Amino acid sequence: MEIKVLKDILNANSQIAEQNRKLLTGKRIMAINLMSSPGSGKTTLIMRTVEKLEDKARIAVIEGDVSSSIDAEKLSQAGVTAIQINTGGGCHLDASMVNSALANLPLDDIDILFIENVGNLICPGGFDLGEYVRVVILSTPEGDDKPHKYPLLFSQAHALVVNKTDLLPHVAFDMEAFARVFQGLNQQAALFQVSGVTGEGIEEWAKWVTANLQKLRAQNS
Amino acid sequence: MHEMSVTMSLMDLVLDEAAKAGASKIVGVNIVLGEMTGIIDHYVQANFELLSQNTPAEGAALTFKNIPRQARCRGCAHVFRPTDLAWSCPRCQSLEIEITGGNELYVESIEVE
Ligand SMILES: Nc1nc2c(ncn2[C@@H]2O[C@H](COP(=O)(O)OP(=O)(O)OP(=O)(O)O)[C@@H](O)[C@H]2O)c(=O)[nH]1
Ligand SMILES: [Mg+2]
Ligand SMILES: [Zn+2]
Repeated sequence: MEIKVLKDILNANSQIAEQNRKLLTGKRIMAINLMSSPGSGKTTLIMRTVEKLEDKARIAVIEGDVSSSIDAEKLSQAGVTAIQINTGGGCHLDASMVNSALANLPLDDIDILFIENVGNLICPGGFDLGEYVRVVILSTPEGDDKPHKYPLLFSQAHALVVNKTDLLPHVAFDMEAFARVFQGLNQQAALFQVSGVTGEGIEEWAKWVTANLQKLRAQNS
Repeated sequence: MHEMSVTMSLMDLVLDEAAKAGASKIVGVNIVLGEMTGIIDHYVQANFELLSQNTPAEGAALTFKNIPRQARCRGCAHVFRPTDLAWSCPRCQSLEIEITGGNELYVESIEVE
């Protein structure tokens, strides 16, 4: 006998993600799922954002890492509430990992939650974590052809941050060509050019982050 | 890639569906798999054989309907299969395109006894 199912294989993950989303928006926390290749500058961008928004918002971080806790320690030393999830070799965070982490965070004292996903441009794409916005970072040394290679992640992002613009004179990254291709694939996303070293572009990026916080608050007042 | 965690979710899903239908044995699972998920079907197959041991799904045949990536031009509505290198419309060269296929990852049906 054949039984029609027509269910997404990651259905269970999506359901937990929905619980996370309810919990987070209920607490009026704006969560950002931050995705990129290893070393594109996720942790650095979080640090710069914290510095920029220090007086305006309370920021916490969930750090997804394959095994180490270096990033979480770096953030804790900078005074940021950070919690580490070790995926034990896993190539992405999933909603239940984030759910456990949320149980260990002071949710009443957080406005913005960064979730630093595992460095990977394919796997995190299929896993909703319950975030409010998805942000992809691409660093200039990686080249401007990435949207073609990882179309899903790029097409589903709410914002794209091109990081390491300070290296533009030294790398073959054609910003115009990149923007044309990316915006052809994703018409909604905001596009930022930043440098985690010089601080260029962080201001505009931080404005977008706070605008999303305001938007979430307006929707959940 | 994360074929193992995908296969675990797949196992849970099919066992659950079979139990709901009151079936005691799952003999087949029909999966629709999009190219852009990056999931490789034979790894899922191998993981499934391992995970299904001593469950009602042991020995079930997995069938994959592989869906290639597909895009539609927003300019001229032409539907085409983009390659790694070219995501522009082959008819009008526009870069304004929409992904319309290749993202699938679901169970279409199961065959039970
Ligand atoms: N030149 C330059 N280097 C940067 C910039 N941003 C980050 N880096 C450097 O790039 C390296 C990786 O940065 P991280 O912020 O740790 O990157 P990540 O994405 O968190 O890395 P993983 O967590 O390991 O995936 C570090 O050595 C940073 O100092 C930038 O804008 N310009
Ligand atoms: Mg990091
Ligand atoms: Zn066209």
